[in-house]
Amino acid sequence: MTAESDLEIPVLTTSVEKMVQWARRSSIWPVTFGLACCAIEMMAMSCSRYDIARFGAEVFRGSPRQSDLMIVAGRLSRKMAPALRRIYDQMPEPKWVISMGACASIGGVFDNYALVQGVDQVVPVDVYVPGCPPRPESLIYGIVQLQRKIAQQKLT
Amino acid sequence: MDATALAARLEEVAPGLQLEVVPSVDRHLTLVARPDEMPVLARALREVPDLAFTLLAELTAVDFWPREPRYEVVYLLVSLEHRRRLRVKVRLPGAEAHLATVSGIWPAANWLEREVWDLFGIAFDGHPDPRRLIMPEDWNGHPLRKDYPVQIVMKPKTFEPMQVTEEEFRASVARDRLVRS
Amino acid sequence: MTVNMGPQHPSTHGVLRLVLELDGETVLSASPTIGYLHTGIEKTAEQKKWSQVIPLVERMDYLSAQSNNLAFCLSVETLLGIDVPERVRWIRVLIAELQRINSHLVWLGTHGMEVGAVSVMLYCFRERELLLNINELLAGFRLFPSYIRVGGLREDLPRGFHDAVRAFLDRFPSKLDEYEDLLTKNEIYLKRTQGVGRISAEDAVAYSLVGPIARAAGVPYDVRRVFPYLGYETFEFDVPTQLAGDVYARYLVRVAEIRQSVRICRQALERIAATGPYAVNDPRITPPPKDRVYSEMEALIQHFLLYSQGFSVPAGEAYVPIEGPRGEQGFMVVSDGTNRPWRVKSRPPSLLACQALERMIVGGLIADVIAVIGSIDVVMGDVDR
Repeated sequence: MTAESDLEIPVLTTSVEKMVQWARRSSIWPVTFGLACCAIEMMAMSCSRYDIARFGAEVFRGSPRQSDLMIVAGRLSRKMAPALRRIYDQMPEPKWVISMGACASIGGVFDNYALVQGVDQVVPVDVYVPGCPPRPESLIYGIVQLQRKIAQQKLT
Repeated sequence: MDATALAARLEEVAPGLQLEVVPSVDRHLTLVARPDEMPVLARALREVPDLAFTLLAELTAVDFWPREPRYEVVYLLVSLEHRRRLRVKVRLPGAEAHLATVSGIWPAANWLEREVWDLFGIAFDGHPDPRRLIMPEDWNGHPLRKDYPVQIVMKPKTFEPMQVTEEEFRASVARDRLVRS
Repeated sequence: MTVNMGPQHPSTHGVLRLVLELDGETVLSASPTIGYLHTGIEKTAEQKKWSQVIPLVERMDYLSAQSNNLAFCLSVETLLGIDVPERVRWIRVLIAELQRINSHLVWLGTHGMEVGAVSVMLYCFRERELLLNINELLAGFRLFPSYIRVGGLREDLPRGFHDAVRAFLDRFPSKLDEYEDLLTKNEIYLKRTQGVGRISAEDAVAYSLVGPIARAAGVPYDVRRVFPYLGYETFEFDVPTQLAGDVYARYLVRVAEIRQSVRICRQALERIAATGPYAVNDPRITPPPKDRVYSEMEALIQHFLLYSQGFSVPAGEAYVPIEGPRGEQGFMVVSDGTNRPWRVKSRPPSLLACQALERMIVGGLIADVIAVIGSIDVVMGDVDR
């Protein structure tokens, strides 16, 4: 080791955009919006076998004002639609929505008067995860896809 | 005690009841009562000691449109002491269907009757809280009727006005402060 | 002061809305509003054929899915007037008891998490993964296997089923002892749950509360004992009851029930032969096995008819109560003689528990509201259907 390398400071150069994208996608905190059966699989995903904390989604915040991601897990009934919109509006930017399961994506098995046939009639959705309910691995794949999407989002 | 003996005992306890015994395939004894007999019958079923049907397991309705009488309100009762189950059916006409409430006798019937009103439109006279239970409060129609469609096309309502006005909120907080000071 | 809790709230077990009138921290009145998960399953079921209703009905009470299936199939089989073979009965008992353990584990995990013991949730869901593995072995699907069908089961038991269940039953009781160690004599837990959310036995019967809530209040009503079905009278098990009627009593009852379920599972597992009949031998109801469908013409026609137009059920009405994890559950099934149901009505134990919620919360503190809602184990899918 020469005297020169003792004085070298380790430095990485990157762009602000890449830093922000890395920060945003590595710690997406979901808000608890478990409605029905998909919520059980979402809880299983956050537990020890399919640990979601290793992907950055460490805590499920109770308050929408402290979260980035809304996983709509379950069937959205017509009575609940205004509440969903209100929670979405309360989340600060940047925010993303994952529609988990068949009922949230398209109405699922229940094509009738009581359900909104797809959550995208109420909020804009980024990732759709199919399944009834989707396996926790599917949901993790959905979150990883969302992370890839965030890695490409421009800052402006 | 089989269904005929039960009907005889009820007619002995509350004279004027005319109950019809109907065969059933499951372990319920089944009786058909007339709508105006319901309050007396309900009280007798609950309070007579050797009947003692104290648990109301289910209160629901079936719509047999286009047959008349259109509705059939079904009560499923359980007697824990005597280990018996009973089904009471009341047939109602389609136009202006209404029936006396039993929520004074079995408090569990409160929400069950609200649900029947919500989904079928059968009114219960004397019910303390006749609101919709499951559908949104401003919904039109009674969904489980046979002439109500299964699939409808409707834009979802995404905006709900704030339910509490500013004055009401201030009054509520002031009430709290007053009580605690 | 009026406070609105829900419908989105981390501790309300789904979408329940409570409007609370508070005086400081004391609850003066509570009015629950439900209907935020109404799915119109009963109306949709009138459009489907009899065996298509089974997946719909599973999604009502999504934590005790196979108990729902069982209740529906028992009602339809009563209308059809058929008796399933004995081996099928024991398999159904085993599946129902495993489902009860499954549901109670979810309850224990979420209840522990709400009261503050977050690690209980991680442990309970870890054991639950073993049960979900068994479900996956049966039918390839974790939560809703649809394995119990009208007339019996969907197909025969897979290879390795006995070993998987035995491995679970051998491993589980010691884990349950660990969870009890964490909670049962824990002073924080005792202070949080004893005397909270009390309901008396008369009130429990008046509000038609059944299941662990009623048994914790002293009402010894268990459908498996009082109105036995599926041969439960031949099994040895106890029905745990308590007298206090508060949250702690419900916890004790449920943990004791898990142990009794393990006992029943062991007895049932001994009685099940590795192969044998898996459905009633009636060609109008049971589809033929796949190897015959691919080689014989009559079997192909029968398979086609059963899956395209389904079987018809004689006109009538039936209701068979079963003891689900939440209490008495059953489906009132009305048939008009065709291949579609006329009316399917589920008897929801959670709806009546929600109704009695006001009775249990009033006079307590707002922090106790969370503990009480957790202890009555409501599943909103069952309340709203």
